[in-house]
Amino acid sequence: MSRPADNREQFRPEDHPNDHFLLTTVVGSYPKPKWLNRADELVGDEDSKFDEEDLKEAHDDAARVITHEHERCGLDTVVDGEVRRNEMVEFFADRIDGYEFNGPVKVWGHNYFDKPSVSAEVSYDEPWLVDEFEFTDNVASKPVKVPITGPYTLGNWAFNEAYETEEELVYDLADLVNIEVERLVEAGAKYIQIDEPALATTPDDHAIVGEALERIVSGIPEDVRIGLHVCYGDYSRIYPELNDYPVDEVDLELCNGGYEQIDVFTDPEFVPDLALGVVDVHTAEVESVEEIKENILQGLKVVPPEKLTISPDCGVKLLPREVAYGKMENLVKATREIEAELDAGEIDLDEPVPLAD
Amino acid sequence: MTERVATTPGLFPLPDAAKQQLSDLKGHQKGDLISGTEGGEIAAAYEEYRGEVIDQQQSTGLDRIVEGQLRWDDMLAHPLTTHENVSAKGIVRYYDNNNFYRDPVVEGDLTFSGDVANELTAATELLGDDALQATLPGPYSLMDLATDDYYGDEGDFFEAVSEFLGDEVEAFPDHETLFLLEPSLVENAPNEDLQEQLAEAVDTVASKTDADVVVHTYFGALDEKTYAHLMDADVEALGFDLVAGDRQDTLSNITEFGTKDAAALGIADGQNTLVESAETLEERVEWFEDQIPVQEFDRLYLSTNTEPFYLPVNKHREKLAAIAAAANIDEEEVTA
Repeated sequence: MSRPADNREQFRPEDHPNDHFLLTTVVGSYPKPKWLNRADELVGDEDSKFDEEDLKEAHDDAARVITHEHERCGLDTVVDGEVRRNEMVEFFADRIDGYEFNGPVKVWGHNYFDKPSVSAEVSYDEPWLVDEFEFTDNVASKPVKVPITGPYTLGNWAFNEAYETEEELVYDLADLVNIEVERLVEAGAKYIQIDEPALATTPDDHAIVGEALERIVSGIPEDVRIGLHVCYGDYSRIYPELNDYPVDEVDLELCNGGYEQIDVFTDPEFVPDLALGVVDVHTAEVESVEEIKENILQGLKVVPPEKLTISPDCGVKLLPREVAYGKMENLVKATREIEAELDAGEIDLDEPVPLAD
Repeated sequence: MTERVATTPGLFPLPDAAKQQLSDLKGHQKGDLISGTEGGEIAAAYEEYRGEVIDQQQSTGLDRIVEGQLRWDDMLAHPLTTHENVSAKGIVRYYDNNNFYRDPVVEGDLTFSGDVANELTAATELLGDDALQATLPGPYSLMDLATDDYYGDEGDFFEAVSEFLGDEVEAFPDHETLFLLEPSLVENAPNEDLQEQLAEAVDTVASKTDADVVVHTYFGALDEKTYAHLMDADVEALGFDLVAGDRQDTLSNITEFGTKDAAALGIADGQNTLVESAETLEERVEWFEDQIPVQEFDRLYLSTNTEPFYLPVNKHREKLAAIAAAANIDEEEVTA
């Protein structure tokens, strides 16, 4: 069962200009400032005086800069750009007891990934994201969203040495994610997004993801908004099953495929809120406001305005920084214009996307 | 008695220093990958690391030595992505893995290339008296991994790919064994027409060498019909995955249709860092022999089930050592 999803109003800014409110957000990652990459390298250089303390300061500075960059774009909810995280599995595996690293493995060509091994039962050791959240929440004037790599991806993108089945590993990891979400909520977090890119490549495991989500949200108050992000796959293989996931919102990459798959979600009715990807993170051209507005209308085919969230397709970290900024800025402009048009009754909600002649 | 041969399917993980050095020299993008025309520093680096992986196999005590296939950026699709009449296009998923390769789009005649033969010749110079094992994709897998934009008919394309591989093999330096890797026979089994062609396609390649030819399959068990057709191929051994999937299916294929006088057994997991002890590997071999009581094999090739490039280097080394030890356990017991 989907959660109630009536927790989005808390993110409406006081000075919001329109009656309609399409929540704008990001998936999480943002291009790191170049100097931060240099700083990451410097700390490993024995000849350099730059140490861990300096790196922490650099991470704080970068988190502050990117959080403010998100605010300048006008986004309703912001992230620190995940500037402290090296990679979406490594970062967490490093903090969870039971994982070990043996060295990089190939993904494709000369692109490698330090794929960890689960060599013993996983357990909760140190907090993963509470410090990161508290820092960002402190410097932000907007509500902060916290993306967490989901247990299915944390399990599927690791070598499993310790568990009889991957499913058992995923459920143990889900219990740890639940602990972390509880801690984040205690620290004041109101918007959590579980990232499960691995689901798209192995859609047959959708029931495992569903059970893992049940464990994650267990005991989490309903005013905390829980999202799920999935990207790059054949969605017909996970829909309508995802309607049963206990989340408030499902965030989908759809722009990259030209909304070819949008009709998958029109029947049966989409149950959670839809966070719709409206800018492509794999093209370095900034979409125009007009183009993004047309993309937003695609979302209105699936859910009514009060259930629609607007977001980029995926994390934008691979884009040039000014392009990432341009996309976010236009995303917000387009959303506010659509809201005004909705207020004025200019959009036909029965047929939001005009049919081709 | 059964001879046990410790070996590997090839396609090694690059040594960690090579990962860094070659990615610096070549770059990270699609167009930066091996085209078959590399020279200078890049070729020199590959030569150095080829020596390293050969040394490593020799010191581990493998009975067959592979070149390592470190240049195979596109994994089993390499013989085509380096071909002059093939374009390496978009990045596509490599079987059911979180790995990707460039889609080889065949746009002209699959003429002789010599790319793999050159690698093997270079390896031969480093081998000394040790026995070389050549590795190639089997004709069905290579066809399955590619996109045909030239031959038009699936059957013609299959034939062209097998003839291409046959010509490549003919140019190989002396080798003791040829492993033809055929994961697609499991992952995307051939349709009826292609099943009919399968044995002939394999023979087209296998007939071009005097070496022992092993058709190695993995990612699970073959379906019955595919297995039955594959049995018609004139090769020394078929290879089976004893790690992934249901081993009972493999056994029932063998019980139903028989197998060759030799077999290759994928006994160590090429996709998991858990290192099996030599004793565990030995038990897997014995389990297999016990299940096929009617047959005593002339020879069993022992290796990882899959290509080992999925593994980090340290765990791959440990697995090779365990395989070599497992192949020797029996001999020690016999001589004792």
